[in-house]
Amino acid sequence: MSTILTVNNLTKKFGYLTAVKNLSFSIEKGNVYGILGPNGSGKSTTLGIILNVVNRTSGDFSWFDGQTSTHDALKKVGAIIERPNFYPYMTAIQNLKLVCKIKEVSEDKIQEKLQLVGLWERRNSKFKTYSLGMKQRLAIASALLNDPEILILDEPTNGLDPQGIHQIREIIKKIANQGTTILLASHLLDEVEKVCSHVVILRKGEKLYSGPVDEMLASHGFFELRTSDMDKLKDILDKHASFGKINQENGTLTAYLKQEMNAEALNKLLFDEGMVLSHLVKRKESLEEQFLALTKNN
Amino acid sequence: MVRLLQIEFIKLLNNRASKILISSYFVLLTSIALIAAIKFDIGPVKFHLADQGIFNFPYIWHFNTFMTALFKLFLAIVIVSMMANEYSNKTIKQNLIDGLSKKEFILSKFLTVISFSLISTVFVFVVSLILGLIYSDYNEISIIFSDLEFLLAFFVKLVGFFSFCLFLGIFVKRSAFALGFLILWAILEQIVFGLLGWKVMSWDAAKRIKDFFPLESMTNLIKEPFTRLSAVQNIGQQIGENMSFDYQVYWYEFLIVLLWTSLFIYLSYALLKKRDL
Repeated sequence: MSTILTVNNLTKKFGYLTAVKNLSFSIEKGNVYGILGPNGSGKSTTLGIILNVVNRTSGDFSWFDGQTSTHDALKKVGAIIERPNFYPYMTAIQNLKLVCKIKEVSEDKIQEKLQLVGLWERRNSKFKTYSLGMKQRLAIASALLNDPEILILDEPTNGLDPQGIHQIREIIKKIANQGTTILLASHLLDEVEKVCSHVVILRKGEKLYSGPVDEMLASHGFFELRTSDMDKLKDILDKHASFGKINQENGTLTAYLKQEMNAEALNKLLFDEGMVLSHLVKRKESLEEQFLALTKNN
Repeated sequence: MVRLLQIEFIKLLNNRASKILISSYFVLLTSIALIAAIKFDIGPVKFHLADQGIFNFPYIWHFNTFMTALFKLFLAIVIVSMMANEYSNKTIKQNLIDGLSKKEFILSKFLTVISFSLISTVFVFVVSLILGLIYSDYNEISIIFSDLEFLLAFFVKLVGFFSFCLFLGIFVKRSAFALGFLILWAILEQIVFGLLGWKVMSWDAAKRIKDFFPLESMTNLIKEPFTRLSAVQNIGQQIGENMSFDYQVYWYEFLIVLLWTSLFIYLSYALLKKRDL
């Protein structure tokens, strides 16, 4: 597996404010990465640095194992940062032709990419006449013109209406299925959960976690249980070595596992104790719960 | 290099405002020919400007380059706004993300400046040559192609001036403010000159220092041509004024402008490199 991007001890200071602090991570080909973090956690700054528009204070980064200069590497990258930026007085086609010239790729892909994002019919309209959703889709088409090795998206659904959000997500899923490496920065967790295999989690410019989504918390999941005699159930679980924290809420008992245990084993155990369950679900924490657990001020 | 120019021309020629400004600039360059039509014919007073020798070779090179340089303000607007708009549309950010390096970005703008200046120079050369061939009293090849350094001076003057505009566009980031700054700068040069001559040193020394100011050094490349006209000279002699001015273009005057030009381009690059977008 080849490395697309390596970031080493990257730091960015804006005056007294440290936007990114000693950040290190790497991106391997073929995975879909999410950069997660609350607003102002340094996501956009990090992307700005690796995309050559923000100067770093210290640390370094290298594209494709450092074999090419940053601006040449960027020709193999497709990236959209925050708002779509195009020449307002030019049509979609004219704007994309300009991007082709900058990226030094042929113009044959323009039609294919505009069709992919559903803008082919509006190809001759000026950019300034587009709605925000259309602008964002044109930005995606533009980022795909060179069939990039990696697609970088910064808050791609920000400010869009539900249809717009849905359209963009469908496009991202389509691209992910084609095997393109994607780096998606977002504070919308369900968005990341749906497409990403790996995450980097930032808070106040510091990395809290980077790795596969399902290894984020060293957790064995939890059970949601319901029965007629909740107190007795709680007693039994309290005494059992496998369980840690136990919460009771809205008539449902949530028991967190300290070690691995499957649902069948628990069911058998309780049945042997004379308890019959009306509800038994084993779950892992959702990304949102894991994220909140990690970014809690600890 | 061709790629960088193509990039810049896609941006410019799809913009209606700059298209109009560029074409009116070239129309104005041609309009210098209209001076030939200035004719007063009031009874006994007959005056035909074209007959006064302004279209004589080699004087025409001096006169036309001086007059047409006044129209450079039109292109200055185009150049300032092509730079400032990259900031206001944030397209400069997108250009860099798409894989243009900062050096290439500045280079593409500078190449545009060079091409504008070059096209203008060729244009003025052709228009003057035609006008001269029609009206000039002297048509020997050696006379026609003498004093051509005025065309070179014209070219260098435009490159220097447009580079200054380019720098202002990057520095100020807003086209209207950048143009305001340009005017302010021109006034500032005169005020500094005035203060120097008035308080600090002799007027002669102040004049010599003034020749080093960016805008003044550009003006200085092509000095005013009017006092060189024989009609004006005659009047001067009649009223006893000594009219022996120096109209030559000197190598060090080129050097000063070229130094400013490289400084402006370097500063634009340094500024772009240092700024976070």
